[in-house]
Amino acid sequence: MANLESKIPSGALPDKWRKYKAESLKLVNPANKRKYEVIVVGAGLAGSSASATLSELGYKVKTFVFHDTPRRAHSIAAQGGVNAAKNYQNDGDSVYRLFYDTIKGGDYRAREANVHRLAEVSVNIIDQCVAQGVPFAREYGGLLANRSFGGAQVSRTFYARGQTGQQLLLGAYSALMKQAGAGAVEIFPNEEMCDLVVIDGQAKGIITRNLNTGEIRRWAADAVILATGGYGNVFNLSTYARGSNATAIWRAYKRGACFANPCYTQIHPTCIPVSGDYQSKLTLMSESLRNDGRIWVPKKKEDCGKPPAEIAEEDRDYYLERIYPSFGNLAPRDVSSRAAKRMCDEGRGVGETGLGVYLDFADAIKRFGEAGVKERYGNLFDIYHEITNESAYKTPMRIYPAVHYTMGGLWVDYNLMSNVPGLFVLGEANFSDHGANRLGASALMQGLADGYFVVPYTIGNYLAGVKPGSRPSVDGPAFKEAEENVRNTFKRLLAPGTGKGGSVNDFHKRLGKIMWECCGMARTKQTLERGLKEIPALREEYWKTVTVPGSADNLNQALERANRVADFIELGELMCLDALTREESCGGHFREEHQYPDGECKRDDENFAHVAGWEWQGEGKQQIRNVEPLNYETVKMSVRSYK
Amino acid sequence: MVAETSSTKNISVTLKVWRQAGPDKPGKFETYQAKDLNPNMSLLEMLDVVNDELERKGEDPIAFAHDCREGICGTCSMVIDGKPHGPHKGVATCQTYMRSFADGATITLEPFRAKAFPVIKDLITDRSAFDLIQQAGGFISIRTGAAQDANATPIPKDNADLAMDAAACIGCGACVAACKNSSAMLFVSAKVGQYALLPQGQPERDSRVLNMVAKMDELGFGNCTNQYECSAACPKSISHDFIARMNRDYIAASFRQAFTAKSTSTAGGA
Ligand SMILES: Cc1cc2nc3c(=O)[nH]c(=O)nc-3n(C[C@H](O)[C@H](O)[C@H](O)COP(=O)(O)OP(=O)(O)OC[C@H]3O[C@@H](n4cnc5c(N)ncnc54)[C@H](O)[C@@H]3O)c2cc1C
Ligand code: FES
Repeated sequence: MANLESKIPSGALPDKWRKYKAESLKLVNPANKRKYEVIVVGAGLAGSSASATLSELGYKVKTFVFHDTPRRAHSIAAQGGVNAAKNYQNDGDSVYRLFYDTIKGGDYRAREANVHRLAEVSVNIIDQCVAQGVPFAREYGGLLANRSFGGAQVSRTFYARGQTGQQLLLGAYSALMKQAGAGAVEIFPNEEMCDLVVIDGQAKGIITRNLNTGEIRRWAADAVILATGGYGNVFNLSTYARGSNATAIWRAYKRGACFANPCYTQIHPTCIPVSGDYQSKLTLMSESLRNDGRIWVPKKKEDCGKPPAEIAEEDRDYYLERIYPSFGNLAPRDVSSRAAKRMCDEGRGVGETGLGVYLDFADAIKRFGEAGVKERYGNLFDIYHEITNESAYKTPMRIYPAVHYTMGGLWVDYNLMSNVPGLFVLGEANFSDHGANRLGASALMQGLADGYFVVPYTIGNYLAGVKPGSRPSVDGPAFKEAEENVRNTFKRLLAPGTGKGGSVNDFHKRLGKIMWECCGMARTKQTLERGLKEIPALREEYWKTVTVPGSADNLNQALERANRVADFIELGELMCLDALTREESCGGHFREEHQYPDGECKRDDENFAHVAGWEWQGEGKQQIRNVEPLNYETVKMSVRSYK
Repeated sequence: MVAETSSTKNISVTLKVWRQAGPDKPGKFETYQAKDLNPNMSLLEMLDVVNDELERKGEDPIAFAHDCREGICGTCSMVIDGKPHGPHKGVATCQTYMRSFADGATITLEPFRAKAFPVIKDLITDRSAFDLIQQAGGFISIRTGAAQDANATPIPKDNADLAMDAAACIGCGACVAACKNSSAMLFVSAKVGQYALLPQGQPERDSRVLNMVAKMDELGFGNCTNQYECSAACPKSISHDFIARMNRDYIAASFRQAFTAKSTSTAGGA
């Protein structure tokens, strides 16, 4: 059984990180740093910021991405903003309040100490980004502007139009390019990690496949960092980029790293509804729109088919404002998504499919004029127009919840190290800071916190105990075995199927449908048990029948997808298992059996105030569920209310 | 032909697609039929449908670059009916919908063509040259942890907004593909322009523009002859004004570099 020791430092919550850094963390002397090689997989916000910072410190860094350049990581698509407890608006924000909002937003399923550290370093992030030339929005006086996001009653979100992720990523990318130009980081684009190499229980390298040439290569290191993003594409349809995948973390899981809370997924309330089965992805309409947009459905079912303009004001139900008067349209994501689902389940959904609610800007346009709304959200309105061929300046947007983020991920301790020593996990790929529900604008914050301000310190603590120059040779048996493993996987995928099963996408769609129905916005014992029957069957069929043309020794996009979908299928099964075992509702994990009469989540703190860390036991064997208890020393766990 | 159909009637199109097995292999156009398409489908979703059919038959799907599918990552490329990113202004390939094409239309799909962007396979090109240009100076040399408070230096809103206009570049390379000289001036000037507008960008302003332009030339991108096809093709509609700004910066920087006294001391001190 893995030991999930959180390694939270002692001391009062606000002092833990400062004292730990000053007194306990071991340092590596500058002359020794260049003797250590660190592999970073991923160059989203977390991976770029870590790569750049570690190399600035003197470590030799190799950065791998499956994209053709680090600048394309999925972080680029984040729209709305990044939180920081700067209190520039003088509206009562503080490190404690950001910490508290995040803990509460996560439905009391995150670690206090991690979240407090996150809130502390949030302020440094903004400083760092501005110094890099990130063009955040500004007020007329030249100072930084803020907006509000869900789950908060202060304005602490910094933004760059509707392209905040792009600008933060390009900032981190520029730092990475600076280091690469100086020869301090080596970057390997189009290089997909397919296995982790563990020697004597420690992470010592990776195996990659070059997506352009098909070459499979071995890489040794003194420590490995995974910053490979989230796994929401298990659902097939999501707001993720098409290429986002779980392969790196899933293969690390199969090498012994625990997977924490896989069932915690975030369904974002404001996405453009599904329109047809050809659809390849869902598009987010940033939560920032809820600052000024009002969400409603018709009060009467009969009105659902009418054009919205013909529905009188008194016949509209602004249900978020009605049910959650103190947070209104800015209720957290899980709460807002379920409310939308309830409205549609009641038959009051709008649009062709009846799976949609209105997000209306008429009031905002009255207040700021069309130009004012355009300045704030112009690019989002453009995206909406491109996709739906409708102008949201003239008629309300139609939106519906969609899979957007995964709070679960590889288990890490306070140092962001997994239970496999030497394997660190950053950003969305880890499970750390958002509990059972992430608040808007907090993923960007966490990715950059992990990469710029946490791992550069904590990795030294590990490396100080690794003998300089003890890096293994890639000719050793562990590397050989891992490479064989990778080659075999590709061989199996390419083996001619029976031809009946269809394409990789066909399988991905089927998996997505099972996941959405069985492990989506609302889950029950029954649906989850169904998922646990259907997914293994799908998996078996996949390996027997899927058709993957071509070979492994050149660019083969069907093979790339096949390799990723194989992992999605297995991970999907674990998600159902985790959701079935967690007999409570919390945040994004809503078990219909566990709810209050008003439809809100009913947690079971007595039995489930813990992190579930799943452990792989080998093919065909039952995976083990380890537990890390969550001890709250500062905040009292209570029923989360946004009313 | 651009025909913005708003009807929901399904359409069929003929595709002429550039197929090239590898960088050193010859390429040629192949014809495919795509039938019964919902006009609200994106062009890339239409290719997914075509590819799924090819894959089910065990045939090699059409390789094309894509990821975010919402116009922000800069991965999608391809030339659609002779235009990088297709018929519409200010959108990327992934934001092109089938309603833009008439029922029965023939659509030609080719990779970006430029010496500095060699074809890898079918519609995918190697655009890594952009990373190298960026490494030559597309950054502000600040170490993590060395920053002052973010509000210590106010920045006039107009400058910040203009810097953001430049920073919106998604690095897709359409500007290069659209230019008859395969110049990367719009890409480079957007980065140079962003930093030149911000106080943080000033210390390295001269070296940045000189080094990035030198790198661009070295990598085989052509000269700019002010045709501005680049801005027209840019999915973010980045203005060619940034090219003019950069030209001014470049001249000033060259001049200063030639005539400014430099400290020759290399002393470290105790
Ligand atoms: C549409 C959208 C909008 C969002 N808006 C916001 C927002 O406004 N505010 C906010 O806080 N959050 C937002 N989020 C969430 C946030 O963007 C992500 O959680 C965050 O950017 C993830 O960053 P990351 O660095 O962990 O991973 P990513 O950015 O996903 O990067 C993953 C990296 O890993 C690499 N990689 C993955 N697997 C492999 C492999 N096997 N081998 C090699 N390389 C690999 C990829 O190439 C990439 O470089 C949004 C998310 C979406 C989908
Ligand atoms: S796929 Fe990302 S810009 Fe088109």
